[in-house]
Amino acid sequence: MESVIERIKRGSFSQFHGGIHPPEQKFLTCSKPIASAQIPEQLIIPIRQHIGQAGNVMVKVGDKVLKGQILSDCDSPMSVPIHAPTSGTITAIKSMAIPHPSGLSEACIILTPDGEDTWKQRHICPDFHSLSKTQILEKIANAGISGMGGAGFPTQVKVSTLAKIDYLIINAAECEPYITADDLLLQEHSPTILDGIKILDHLLTPKNILIGIEENKTKAISALKKATADIDHIDVCVIPTKYPSGGEKQLIQILTGQEVPSGVLPSSLGIVMQNVATCFAIADAVINDTPLIKRVVTVSGQALEKPQNIWALIGTPVGFLTDQCGYKNSQNRHLIMGGPMMGFSLPHDQVPVIKTTNCILAPSEIEIASPFSSTSSKEVECIRCGQCADVCPAQLLPQELLWSAKAKDQAQLAKLNLFDCIECGACAYVCPSQIPLVHYYRVAKAEIRQQKLLDIKAEKAKVRFEARKQRLEREKVARVEKHKKAAEARKARMNTDTSAAKSEKSAVADALARVKAKKAQASLKQNTAEGSVTSTVEMTAESVVPVAPVDESKSQVANAIARAKAKKIAQKNQAQIESLDTLQNNESLSSSQAAPVVIDKKAKVDVAIAKAKANENKPQAETISDSPNAQVDATTKALPLEIVNLASDSDDKATQALNKKAKVAAAIAKAKAKAKAKTAANLAAETSFDRAEPSTTPANIDVMQDSNTAAQADIAATKKARVAAVVAKAKAKKLAASSNKSTTSE
Amino acid sequence: MNTIIAILVLGVLAALFGALLGFASVRFKVQGDPLAEQLDALLPQTQCGQCGYPGCKPYAEAVANGEAINKCAPGGEDTIKKIADLMGVEVQPLDENHEADNSPKVAFIIEEDCIGCTKCIQACPVDAIIGTTKQMHTIIADECTGCDLCVAPCPVDCIEMISVATTTQNWQWDLDSIPVVQIN
Repeated sequence: MESVIERIKRGSFSQFHGGIHPPEQKFLTCSKPIASAQIPEQLIIPIRQHIGQAGNVMVKVGDKVLKGQILSDCDSPMSVPIHAPTSGTITAIKSMAIPHPSGLSEACIILTPDGEDTWKQRHICPDFHSLSKTQILEKIANAGISGMGGAGFPTQVKVSTLAKIDYLIINAAECEPYITADDLLLQEHSPTILDGIKILDHLLTPKNILIGIEENKTKAISALKKATADIDHIDVCVIPTKYPSGGEKQLIQILTGQEVPSGVLPSSLGIVMQNVATCFAIADAVINDTPLIKRVVTVSGQALEKPQNIWALIGTPVGFLTDQCGYKNSQNRHLIMGGPMMGFSLPHDQVPVIKTTNCILAPSEIEIASPFSSTSSKEVECIRCGQCADVCPAQLLPQELLWSAKAKDQAQLAKLNLFDCIECGACAYVCPSQIPLVHYYRVAKAEIRQQKLLDIKAEKAKVRFEARKQRLEREKVARVEKHKKAAEARKARMNTDTSAAKSEKSAVADALARVKAKKAQASLKQNTAEGSVTSTVEMTAESVVPVAPVDESKSQVANAIARAKAKKIAQKNQAQIESLDTLQNNESLSSSQAAPVVIDKKAKVDVAIAKAKANENKPQAETISDSPNAQVDATTKALPLEIVNLASDSDDKATQALNKKAKVAAAIAKAKAKAKAKTAANLAAETSFDRAEPSTTPANIDVMQDSNTAAQADIAATKKARVAAVVAKAKAKKLAASSNKSTTSE
Repeated sequence: MNTIIAILVLGVLAALFGALLGFASVRFKVQGDPLAEQLDALLPQTQCGQCGYPGCKPYAEAVANGEAINKCAPGGEDTIKKIADLMGVEVQPLDENHEADNSPKVAFIIEEDCIGCTKCIQACPVDAIIGTTKQMHTIIADECTGCDLCVAPCPVDCIEMISVATTTQNWQWDLDSIPVVQIN
């Protein structure tokens, strides 16, 4: 069995399926030397020029940079740094149109050259064998080299493969009809390219190195043969000219006879392919420490006076290059980046040259019509001729793909292996109906990719939604559990016989009492005609007694509402009092009428005093339950209450006014008592009914009796009654205080 | 006699197969509603509730039980078509009550206006908002489904829905949309 190498040496190559022979236009540029790079007024350097992620920009606007200085660093293996192509100032970092079929904008660094072209410090390394493999790889990565044939795959990823490599294939096929960049590079720089190949040889240690080159590049072939004459395992393979023999899978098939299966990387077959321009860049980077800042660009087309290959700095606007080549003025100017087969039209000429730009095509209207002019589309229905299937290098079924793409049948497209299409354009080239087949495939591919992303996103959203639902459920259960525990703990605490439990109970009872008191107050308001101070107190006391144990939360709410109401009533009554005051002041001062007025004023003053006192008493009251102060207060303040009662009895005219006053006073007192009650909760619990009794004067007896009888009637509510009594007492205290003052003034 | 044998044989066979079917129906019982699952897989999972159901799954279940198939606004015509294919019913136009605009959007919190009320966090069906009480909130754009549910609860109107920009990554090869500048 003849080995691959023997077969190649014999000059026999395998064939890939299909392929076309578009008219050659390489003669436009292939015999002219590469023009040297000129520095344009402005360089537009896209941050992402390859397949993968963009690096992080390391410069800011206004920075002065040197030629070759790094502009963005790479933190992931799939990102590639970019470098300053010349020295100058960073004038902007903004979104600019990038060379992409979409014509969309992406972040670019705008560099204004200073014209001096000052290099950064370089470390030239004449012998790369002195470097370790890691050092070489690092140099390649830091030089920002990505595949220069078209796709722009990061080179250091490709050359750091751990697979055992049988063949290193150098792609010099350059099958696109116009492009001669690699041809010229080989003609002029084959020693440097050979250095690059040697570096790759050192890194990958392949068994054989094959240089695939189409037979139409005679000068390049002779230059290559001369350079590689003394190296055994490098074979220059002159292959027949056919488009697209420069495709990775196609060239592999031609040279090794192996077909790369769908979805498999060539490296898993032991094959690595590199473009000649990439080899040149690798040599430059490793030996001369020169990052990838310029490349050979074929500027061709019949609309140019001097089509030629040019060394172009990365970031040079396309318009600058076409001007250099004498772009003829015509009506329909149209620029294509890349070759006529696989390139794309540019929206304008300020798009920059990037690392993958191998050709700028400025065709005349006869050569290639602009896709943007309305007359260009001559697409008609498919006639099922099948020529497309004959030329397809990937052995696909272009017609069926077209129909499925039009029907958006993604499942069928997948079945037809749409993603194996290399978008070479051979099918569209031969199509007699002029159907832009590749465009349909590109749209379908983009849709499928988008759909895949959406599916992933939907799946993620679903998972998150479910997770959230579960979380909410968990939280709900936990909350219920917590409330239950807290309630149980509270119950347990209340049932123990400690003073704390008592105080808590009494606090609850106190709150309930307050609610009732407020209710009573409200009913009293309606009941103004017959009410007297005594009755108020009585009613309050009475209503407090039969308190049923209410739900705690309900009582809290009710309490809050009651408090708010009480406040309002107090305010309202205050206003009434004032208006009443003025009215009464205008009248002649009869003793019977004057008394309430005075009482009223005094009451207000006294409320304030009582409050102050209450505040003073708080600390004491809490610690010493039976403090003499409290008792004294109760006695002294209860006494005047009698007087008030007497006054109201004796003076019929004043009754009504007094009544109102009393109510107001009661309301205010209640509000104050509330504040006091909170702090005095402990006191209330401790101050037993019995203890309070001896200090009360007969005036208070009716209150006491009422509450006593009620307490007897309902034994269970005894404690509550006690508390109620305390509350009533506190109220009485306030009233008493007010009437006390009035009597003294009288 | 023959008749009796025939009846017996057939009766035994019937009982046998009956038992077999009965066993199979218990043994191979499918958990959940497979149709609802399939429908759920077709829905865009934005969990936006525009269909009137609290999430995509409840709507999938409702469709499986006879609800109209044209209520998923984010899914749009494509989703309706897929559901129609699966259910074997006619394609209907999108419910008129819904917005026709189903372009992908993502919520954005204007951070200087955020008061940290957490209301949007509670509204988000996919927990795509980070923040806590009295702290600024922000949206995890990658997780946001663009459902719009956080916009209404915001008391200071600091959330807006931003259309997802077309980049070179998600460009759909729509050549007609390229702005062409005539080169002079």
